[in-house]
Amino acid sequence: MARVVVDPVTRIEGHLRIEAVVEGGKIKDAFSSGTMVRGIEKILKGRDPRDAWAFVERVCGVCTTVHALASVRAVEDAIKISVPKNAELVRNIMFCTQYVHDHVVHFYHLHALDWVDVVSALSADPQATSDLAKSISNYPKSSPGYFSDLQKRLKAFVDSGQLGIFANGYWGHPAFKLPKEANLLAVAHYLEALEWQKEIVKIHAIFGGKNPHPNYLVGGVPCSFNLEEVNAINTEKLNLVGKLIKDAMNFVEQVYIPDLMAIAGFYKDWAAIGGGLSNYLAYGDLPTQGYGNIESFKFPRGAILNRDLSKVYEVNGKDENEIKEYIAHSWYKYSVGDEQGLHPWKGETEFNFTGPKPPFDQLNVESKYSWLKTPRWKDNPMEVGPLARMLVGYGRGSQEIKEVVDEALKKLDVPVTALFSTLGRTAARGLETRLTVRWLKGFYDDLINNLKSGEVSTFTREKWEPTTWATECEGVGLTEAPRGALAHWIRIKERKIDNYQLVVPSTWNASPRDFKGQRSSYEEALIGTPVAKDGEPLEIIRTIHSFDPCLACAVHLYDPDGNIVHQITVE
Amino acid sequence: MEKNIPTIRQAMEAKGYSRRDFLLFCGLATAAAGLELSGLAQVVQAFETKARPPVVWLHFQECTCCSESFIRSTHPIVADIIFDTLSLDYTETLLAAAGAQAEKCRDDTIKNNQGKYILLVEGSIPLGNEGYCMIGGKSAEQILKEAAAGAAAVIAWGSCASTGCVQAASPNPTTATPIKKIINKPVINVPGCPPIAEVMTGIVTHILLFGKMPELDSQGRPKEFYSRRVHDTCYRRPYYDAGLFVEAWDDEAARKGYCLYKMGCKGPTTYNACSVTKWNGNLSYPIQSGHGCIGCSEAGFWDNGPFYQHLGAFPGFGIESTADTIGVTAAAVTAGGIALHALTSNLRKRKLIEKNKEESVVVAPISEETDKKEVVETEKGGDEDGKSSS
Repeated sequence: MARVVVDPVTRIEGHLRIEAVVEGGKIKDAFSSGTMVRGIEKILKGRDPRDAWAFVERVCGVCTTVHALASVRAVEDAIKISVPKNAELVRNIMFCTQYVHDHVVHFYHLHALDWVDVVSALSADPQATSDLAKSISNYPKSSPGYFSDLQKRLKAFVDSGQLGIFANGYWGHPAFKLPKEANLLAVAHYLEALEWQKEIVKIHAIFGGKNPHPNYLVGGVPCSFNLEEVNAINTEKLNLVGKLIKDAMNFVEQVYIPDLMAIAGFYKDWAAIGGGLSNYLAYGDLPTQGYGNIESFKFPRGAILNRDLSKVYEVNGKDENEIKEYIAHSWYKYSVGDEQGLHPWKGETEFNFTGPKPPFDQLNVESKYSWLKTPRWKDNPMEVGPLARMLVGYGRGSQEIKEVVDEALKKLDVPVTALFSTLGRTAARGLETRLTVRWLKGFYDDLINNLKSGEVSTFTREKWEPTTWATECEGVGLTEAPRGALAHWIRIKERKIDNYQLVVPSTWNASPRDFKGQRSSYEEALIGTPVAKDGEPLEIIRTIHSFDPCLACAVHLYDPDGNIVHQITVE
Repeated sequence: MEKNIPTIRQAMEAKGYSRRDFLLFCGLATAAAGLELSGLAQVVQAFETKARPPVVWLHFQECTCCSESFIRSTHPIVADIIFDTLSLDYTETLLAAAGAQAEKCRDDTIKNNQGKYILLVEGSIPLGNEGYCMIGGKSAEQILKEAAAGAAAVIAWGSCASTGCVQAASPNPTTATPIKKIINKPVINVPGCPPIAEVMTGIVTHILLFGKMPELDSQGRPKEFYSRRVHDTCYRRPYYDAGLFVEAWDDEAARKGYCLYKMGCKGPTTYNACSVTKWNGNLSYPIQSGHGCIGCSEAGFWDNGPFYQHLGAFPGFGIESTADTIGVTAAAVTAGGIALHALTSNLRKRKLIEKNKEESVVVAPISEETDKKEVVETEKGGDEDGKSSS
């Protein structure tokens, strides 16, 4: 048995290490380790709760905004306020913009090179590539000349001998299955997507001043509308938002989805690989009648066990018996013993690095081996992310979700069980992008209509001053980050943060085993994955990338009692 | 095929630079790299033979917002940088290879280009424990030191690498440390959370376009982008001078885009290009979209205070004393003259604005401090012309 170590796992956010045990060309066991810690929650203690969004937004710059949203919701829940309709709509527009941007960038810039052989594209026929492009989409950039020019540029780049980001790639690996022309098409769209992605985020700049890390506000949104003023969001800015949404719809429908379906058609074997866990969790999001009205969410909330889509369980973030975090294999220690699980409101953390002293070759996976804690829902390991959202939505009977899922299954001619796989996860991300870009347009139209009715308010003022708050209060802010279910828990005492905790998507998915030895999503999904060439982890990163890892989010600590965090000296 | 691609020297010649200019450029690059003069020949050769300078981009304690910002650049666009300008030989965010193959990209680039590659660093280094940040089983500190040793130039992207940023905020649980305190080399600091995309691409292309390193201030920041306070270049500055302030979020003054100073805006103490270069293709910046500046390019900004407490409320600082003394750094251009000018013209401007624009709402009252200063200035009989000549 060989131990394959993949560290760094590239084309992700953060620092992830995978150790896999390979036997007979297949993965027999796997270990996922987050190898960086910062301690954001510790830093939040004692600060103004209204500032928290800015700190936690810096948890992740790839899924920027989602932590800010969870944070302002947690504070609003604690101080018991709701936000005006315009603020809800702007937040939904920001949310959908983030999804569309993040999913497209993930597909082309973080995931595509697992499926696309760049070197093969060099020998593609531009005319045949043009024919292929026209057969799957009406995207205008599809002439033979366009592909020929791109190929020449790529050739000059390769011939320079400086391969940059493509150096040491797995080119020619037997797991690459695309025809040359599909490879050239995908490389062309890698560059198109790179240019387009900087446009869609302008929506964040309009409402939040900048991207990455736009501004949020407890009680609403910081921007103001004024149709009689150039110094606020006016018709011109709204027109720009409308134009960017239109361009985004075109890009998703003419480029991303046709490419996804075409590439998926060549990799149907991956619909039987990488399924992993059989439990799925989604908090849901995109309220249409206020955040308190869960029934109105575009993404429904719920949990699925054993892949039984006929039953979707209720999920309650405030129930201390539902969500707990374990640290049996995490570099922390609990005062109640490392075998116990703690609800985030009762959580505690002390650093306890017991790993090998760097530089090292292998982790001691029998002991603690990650900076990620291990969250569980009713002690079940759960997968979160686009697939979980689509499945929960499907199970809840959302017509919009059922339509896009069924259409894709039919087009690929695969059964519904194909969803439980690496390919299914990657496809689900594309399908929900189709939905979010449509919803983006819908929320924009709603915003225009609301402004038309004369309602311009973007902020709830009554509880802005902390002197109006209860001496002690607590709240939860739930949302769906592009990578899955995200929640922040806050406790406020004397108008300051007494305790602040995050349980984030990649903690659910990338965490180490729990106290019972149950694997989390990454580890479970790698079991059975083929490894065709010794030393080349192409298949491993394919499955890992299908989750869209975001490790800076996943690692954090908190210390509700204000204990000094111990630093364990490594021998 | 290599002959068809212009080297840096050829590119410079095409832009009208002489051989002498090129040697001067190489000399400056060498000086910036802290190399001995004997290393000059090596650097000259590096830029003469390589089509694109090799670049190693390292990631430590960070959130990848700097990488995300970089790919937002509208001029130049990032595809052109990757294909035509730089050879991005190692970056965990975009590299096709993973694991051992990725590490080989990094190690080969360093080994084969000693003294000739540019090192870009995103993230701080946790000195509290080697285990707090490890890549490929190595500590962040070891990787940084190994990569910095042979680098021709080192750029610290963002506030994490420049000043420590959010993880270095009190109580700094991991002892997150900016890179300049760890490596024994000059570092170009490019603070901001993140820095503006075009500032990032502007700095890396500055060298190639103009054949010299950008001028730095005493904090190692390029003057080209960090010599002005956000406050002094803000399009809302006239409302500050006129005493027209937002008093509550989304009040009538907010809807008219008045000054956010009283809402905690840190523009008066922040040096950055936000209000001129702006964000996302010159589109907007925080203040323009209604939220005050949080000062994300200033060292220690996370501990400078609640974000919504206005600067004048801090003990010891009045409105302009805050604005004009806190932010002063040894090398940066101060704006004392502008402040004097502002005070004398406050009342006049306010009247003008009120007169010229039909104000249907109550104008926000100006702060006590401003009132007092205005009275003093008015009593002195100062006017705009008189002050500007004094």
